[in-house]
Amino acid sequence: MLEILLDATVRSSTPILFATLGAIINERAGIINLGIEGLMLIGALAGFAGTQASGSLLVGVLAAFFAAMLAGSVHAFITVQLRGNQIVSGLALTMFGVGITALFGRSMVGLTIAGFERIAIPGLNRLPVIGKPFFNQDMLIYFSFLLVVAIAFFFYRTRWGLALRTVGENPAAADTCGVPVLLTRFLAVTIGSGIVGIGGAYLSLATTPMWIENMSAGRGWIAVALVIFASWSSYRALAGAYLFGGITAMQLRFQAMGTTVSAHILQMLPYFFTILVLVISTIRLQKGASQQPESLGQPYDREDRK
Amino acid sequence: MKLVTEKRELSSRLLRFSAPIVSILVALFVAGFLLLAAGVNPFQAYLEIVQESLGSLYGLSETLVKTTPLIFTSLGVSLAFRMQIWNIGAEGQLYLGACGATAVALFSGLEHPVMMITAMFFAAFLCGGLWAGVAGLLRARWQVNEVIVTLLMNYIAILGVDYLVYGPWKDPKGFNFPLTAQFSDAARLTEYFDTRLHSGFFLALFCALLLYLFMERTVWGYEIKVIGSNPKAARYAGMNTGMAIFFVLFLSGAIAGIAGFGEVAGLQHRLQHGISPGYGYTAIIIAWLARRSALGVVIVSFLMGVLLVGGDSLQLTWQLPVAFVYAFQGLILFFLLASDFFINNRLKLVRGGRHA
Amino acid sequence: MNNLLQIKNIRKTFPGVVALDEISLSIAPGEIHTLLGENGAGKSTLMNVLTGLYRPERGEIFFDGAPVTFSSPRESLAMGIGMVHQHFMLVPAHTVFENVLLALDGVPNFYGRRTYRQQVQRVLDEFNLDINLDTPVWKLSIGAQQWIELIKLLVRDCHLLILDEPTAVLTPQESSRLFAVLTRLRDQGKSILFISHKMREVMEISDRVTVLKKGRSLVTLERGEYDENRLASLMIGEDHIPGWQKSFRTSQDLALEIKNLSVRNDRGLADLDNFTMKLHRGQILGIAGVAGNGQKALAEVLTGLREATAGRIIAGGRDITNSSARGSYIAGIAHIPEDRKTIGIAPDMTVDDNLIMKNFNSKAFRRWVFQDRGAIRRNAADKIEQFSIKAGPAGNPVRYLSGGNIQKVIIARELSENPAVLVALYPTRGLDIGSAEYVHKVIVDGSSNGMSTILISEDLDELLKLSDEIVVMFRGRLAGSVDPQTATREEIGLLMSGEVQR
Repeated sequence: MLEILLDATVRSSTPILFATLGAIINERAGIINLGIEGLMLIGALAGFAGTQASGSLLVGVLAAFFAAMLAGSVHAFITVQLRGNQIVSGLALTMFGVGITALFGRSMVGLTIAGFERIAIPGLNRLPVIGKPFFNQDMLIYFSFLLVVAIAFFFYRTRWGLALRTVGENPAAADTCGVPVLLTRFLAVTIGSGIVGIGGAYLSLATTPMWIENMSAGRGWIAVALVIFASWSSYRALAGAYLFGGITAMQLRFQAMGTTVSAHILQMLPYFFTILVLVISTIRLQKGASQQPESLGQPYDREDRK
Repeated sequence: MKLVTEKRELSSRLLRFSAPIVSILVALFVAGFLLLAAGVNPFQAYLEIVQESLGSLYGLSETLVKTTPLIFTSLGVSLAFRMQIWNIGAEGQLYLGACGATAVALFSGLEHPVMMITAMFFAAFLCGGLWAGVAGLLRARWQVNEVIVTLLMNYIAILGVDYLVYGPWKDPKGFNFPLTAQFSDAARLTEYFDTRLHSGFFLALFCALLLYLFMERTVWGYEIKVIGSNPKAARYAGMNTGMAIFFVLFLSGAIAGIAGFGEVAGLQHRLQHGISPGYGYTAIIIAWLARRSALGVVIVSFLMGVLLVGGDSLQLTWQLPVAFVYAFQGLILFFLLASDFFINNRLKLVRGGRHA
Repeated sequence: MNNLLQIKNIRKTFPGVVALDEISLSIAPGEIHTLLGENGAGKSTLMNVLTGLYRPERGEIFFDGAPVTFSSPRESLAMGIGMVHQHFMLVPAHTVFENVLLALDGVPNFYGRRTYRQQVQRVLDEFNLDINLDTPVWKLSIGAQQWIELIKLLVRDCHLLILDEPTAVLTPQESSRLFAVLTRLRDQGKSILFISHKMREVMEISDRVTVLKKGRSLVTLERGEYDENRLASLMIGEDHIPGWQKSFRTSQDLALEIKNLSVRNDRGLADLDNFTMKLHRGQILGIAGVAGNGQKALAEVLTGLREATAGRIIAGGRDITNSSARGSYIAGIAHIPEDRKTIGIAPDMTVDDNLIMKNFNSKAFRRWVFQDRGAIRRNAADKIEQFSIKAGPAGNPVRYLSGGNIQKVIIARELSENPAVLVALYPTRGLDIGSAEYVHKVIVDGSSNGMSTILISEDLDELLKLSDEIVVMFRGRLAGSVDPQTATREEIGLLMSGEVQR
């Protein structure tokens, strides 16, 4: 029973994990991206369409990455180069994503593809309890594990990662060290957006291998909240996404088991939970236990007179 | 030769006024291409939009019917904006307001129309206000990001209404559809000209006027403007910013709640699944486009009403998903943000650097 | 003479302001060259042009004889120009190592931690700096942070080091140590461009001095061709007679008494630690100390922005520490905040609106809930005249005013209710001499009328000129108290650096 629940948790958490990781890269560079929901949808549609057209899941995932990157580059250009309001731009991106995927997704409704299949990792998949849920999964899930580690390594053990973090904390400091601030932010936003797109692709290529309008159902917003819970760290993002996925899996389980509690009430649980998590994380933030990137949300203008 | 940007001394007034209009026009242009790519003739589509929404008395009334909740929700959102607070939850607050009004309509047992309508109004006001007030409390007390909270609460609100209309409040005579029983005559707003246009529209206009007076003429409006301009300075001056945050979010949600009242009392005469096609989200666009003007809110709400009516029609004619309107709104915002840049900066061609 | 750096006719404007007006300058190799000028003369702007942060509209720059343009800090760094900015370019949340690492040249993306740690540690050791590489920068004292900024330059082998007001946050003792390092660097053949407005330092350290005024360079003088008076008159331009005389007398009545006041911050550190102080009626109490030793916390507790964790504040005989009575008392305290633009005004609102920010609720400016805009306008007209504020057209947002005029708006607003106590935090920072004199006059006039002032400043000259008594703050405590008429700078400096306690 626990194994089944864990398995459902892992599968449920993965799209959110990708989205959170992508959002973290954005915010570490100092840019708030509220377009995560829209980017997930764009990734989901592009991924599905790509796989539909080519028969290859890899092509689908790449299509999702690049489509989301392209969409994210609009937000990047507006907020980084044009120093536009980051909140409004992100909202615009989400709205645009919802609308445009609804428009172009019409032709995809009802189609199905062969989604991701499980591949067991020999040896590890025999571990008690966690063996099957973690090591008998599909390629994207394994990729998500790698990504968590790779991002942490990038931030703390490479010069580019240090440069990116500095850009998010004190862009002027980075500038005077010779770091190209605007380019760094632009790349962070676009690549981060691409990763969010992969999260969306997971929805349409693995969770339910089909396209449904608005299929992300608010997961993008959960991811935005989880970034704060994760204190902008990729390992904590894993914990947060899995916590959330766990609640969702449990809630679905209850529904399947047929409780007296209305399905609608059960569906509210993840959102309540996210708000609770957000409040707790924010309070901890105030107490200085962790800090957000100091320049988060502030555009950088080299000629700003102090 | 290099293209560089340069700050303007004074932001260009011409651009400031024309930016919203230009953004809409450019968005229309780009959306046209998207429509083409989706197999829809943009000229025909745009023509149809205008014809359906403005070409007949009934069309116009339908437009005003949609404009009504837009004005309410946008007024609410723009009030919060004045204090740099982002109320993304107008949608959920609308639902809560509708809930409150419905509860009174179905269970209060009031018979006199004036009493009933007034009670419904205040219930909607209170419910919408308290719903937003949660976010206000969290923000005031612990600086919790109100964007995420109000937004997540939208999902909870919509699920809540679904729970009610699929469950305890479901109309036993409703063939199992997710809706409540119809309201009594006492709980309905007057309708005009044999159309669906109801008094809610005039209430909305009145509300816009009240909000204008509130912001521009009262001490409360002054305080809100100061806090919005510089919260630190406001605190230095002794203003209680925490109370103000809660109060403004409450009021913002309450006004959005009135939109819900309008929808159930004036239009649908019952509570049902999906009473709002996203008015609360459109309200954000309207509030941003209209900048700080209550009159602007009314005008832009009307324009959006035109778009929505047109969108409904296009859905029938071309199977265009209603959600496409969101894409269009997103485009408007993008171009408006871009034009914001040019309002404050200009482009200049500069020679390679040494002697300019 | 072979010049290391030559600047010709540089022009840089900002919206509405000509910061650099055809300025020319040359710097020789192996010299300490000081740029002297009052606030607003263009020193920082010129430096930002040299380091690639600002782009000039006109003019040429020659480095080592060859023409160069700097379109980004990267290019300027590549040429061997490095700068220690007045506002530190450090990331407080990152460690010392991380901050210095980013400044290093030629670090590969996948860098070897041990190698580079050793490299940075070597430089720290070379300058006898006892700083742990893994300390997060926010934990360092401001003086130590300044050293880290300097280290960032030294690891890069810069030929031209630019230091922008480096002694602003140093005690006299720390300044001496810095000068020793600079001299050593100069002897090694490096050039140092030193910016200051402190005459004594200029005299002590410079090989050559260039005086800047209103965006132009007036003259360049060699060591021996100038003395303090000549520099002062060049800098200011006209003979300066203060329009008031200070009389040093103090009443016996206590306006305010602070006993053992402690305030803790988010990180659990004590910003104010058992602080005790007495303020008499009509007294100007100067508070000296390096920025960051609790001055801001003191001002914030007095003005109601923060709660005290322990201790008492007694005003007019009543204990008002954290009580409800405090609210009304706070309303009777005037304060001139530290960052006038970020804290003092509502930037998008008009001068009229800003002037009534403290008393907008009073019956004079409203009828029931509606504002009486006529009364507000009349009040503004009065204050504009009384304080000679250059406010521009009536609907102008206040942020377009000059720094000095914004300060006047703040002062006009704060003094409008004849407060008993004025708390002024670095009130003349960044102001031109005329505006600074005006602020001094307001404080002194107020003192004659019975208003007590707590003057927090990093400018010892200002404190010595105005105060009836000077107390020194160090690490949130009272380090000592001196009589301005007899105290020496060295005495105060020792107290400021915590080396002596009285």
